[in-house]
Amino acid sequence: MKITRRETLMLAMGAAAAAMIPSAASGAAIDDAIALFTGGATPGEGGVTLVAPEIAENGNTVPIEVSAPGAVAIAVFAQKNPLPDVASFKFGPLAGAQRAATRIRLSGTQDIVVVAQMADGSFVQTSQEVKVTIGGCGG
Amino acid sequence: MAENVKPRVRVPRTASAGEVITLKALISHKMESGQRKDGDGNTIPRSIINRFTCDFNGENIIDATFGGAVSTNPFMEFEAKVPESGTFLFTWYDDDGSVYEESKEIAVS
Repeated sequence: MKITRRETLMLAMGAAAAAMIPSAASGAAIDDAIALFTGGATPGEGGVTLVAPEIAENGNTVPIEVSAPGAVAIAVFAQKNPLPDVASFKFGPLAGAQRAATRIRLSGTQDIVVVAQMADGSFVQTSQEVKVTIGGCGG
Repeated sequence: MAENVKPRVRVPRTASAGEVITLKALISHKMESGQRKDGDGNTIPRSIINRFTCDFNGENIIDATFGGAVSTNPFMEFEAKVPESGTFLFTWYDDDGSVYEESKEIAVS
């Protein structure tokens, strides 16, 4: 069978499109996870901080700290993890500050997205990229 | 599961009324994410601590939900306001239904 130039191009485009699907899918997964937390509202900017290392050598334990003064809840999402939901924190009446620190797993270099629900029902978000040298999914 | 699960918490012994104090809580737990595969290619089922709460004299301080992406031996650091002397109750909820509890007293002057 003879492969024409047009067929070669079509094949190449098909392969490129197929390669893009997984990344598009994981992007949608985090959007869905955030929408589930916010109830569909679009988060604003500011009022929430995320402290995470710029480079994490070991994706198995990446220390993060989130804070959002006046928040009732804070949720942490990892864009490219197999499951984007990492953790969420609800603050009770005796919380001294709306701040929490923990350690998380990251499958690879990616953005961490933090969304906070404020007392008035609005949402704010922030994100930071963490470069991961060794992924933490045990693949 | 539930082997060698040991909670460890750090709470100051004393504080002044209304002071904001930092609490640290760690529990030794393998936090199997449900993403890993064993040598034969079978997925190892998820086994994690899925929820952690801390209360003071029955009033809630923090209620955290963990996913598979929280590290082995999950660690939490957070802040609490202490109006009076009393007891902190730390509770961890395992996927297998086990509940682990630890309590610590604090004297407020």
